[in-house]
Amino acid sequence: MRELSLNVMDIVQNSISAGASLITIEVKESLPEDLLSISVTDNGCGMTKEQVEHVIDPFFTTRTTRSVGLGVPLFKMEAEMTGGSFVIDSEKGKGTALTAVFKPSHVDMIPLGDIEGTVQLLISCNPDRDFLYHRTRKGPGGKEGDFTLDTRELREVLGGDVSLDNPEVVVWIKEFLEEQTEELRNTTS
Amino acid sequence: MTAKELAAACGWKLLAGSDGEENPVDGCYVGDLLSWVMSRAQSGNVWLTVMGNVNAIAVAALTDVACIVLAEDAALDKDAAARAETQGIPVYTCAENLYDTAVRVYETLR
Repeated sequence: MRELSLNVMDIVQNSISAGASLITIEVKESLPEDLLSISVTDNGCGMTKEQVEHVIDPFFTTRTTRSVGLGVPLFKMEAEMTGGSFVIDSEKGKGTALTAVFKPSHVDMIPLGDIEGTVQLLISCNPDRDFLYHRTRKGPGGKEGDFTLDTRELREVLGGDVSLDNPEVVVWIKEFLEEQTEELRNTTS
Repeated sequence: MTAKELAAACGWKLLAGSDGEENPVDGCYVGDLLSWVMSRAQSGNVWLTVMGNVNAIAVAALTDVACIVLAEDAALDKDAAARAETQGIPVYTCAENLYDTAVRVYETLR
């Protein structure tokens, strides 16, 4: 895809379809090691061993509307094209975890894109699910930093009457993510 | 015009998917970013690319393109060849680059 954040959007849709109530998105960036790692973990219905083996096959899909599913195969291909790796682990009834590791300096690296915008959109469009977004960054000099957005904590602060798709909450999430991302970049550069 | 006729006119060699050689061709799409091609290539297009992996075959199946042409002798993976066979998606190869191949398609189809 044009941006890796679009892959994340696609992968998280799988988690939602799998009935996950908590979806964790982790983006780890290390400039000195030339690594970018993106993980999506959910507590959805999970897959059998056999399904996991087939999930990287684009001709395998749980959809009934079409016979081709390219979300996971494309994500894997994009990671491997940079010399990175892709791992998926799943257990029926427990959930699924996948991690794609990229080498950002590779000429075929696809830009991360607007990951914060993607996370904000996922939260706002799925107010009945919880999201844990964790971003870490190791800057060129080795300085490390991170931030977390946990919608479970946000719900506690907001109370039961205010939904995560409330316009004021949506704006707050957007601004929080933008501020934290900028601060992370500044403190680790 | 069928994929087979176009291939003969353009001098392409068939690598896999002979069952689909009678597919009618009525246009052309050029692209390597699979997710981009997936939402833009049209049924009946000849798709020119350098992506010869199994995901490309899946994109061809999804978009219902008439055939794939791998330009600049780009390799077709073993898995992809097997899938092209079972799906009946013709995959051709040629030595020319994407631009020259597209020009040749344009001149043959017009």
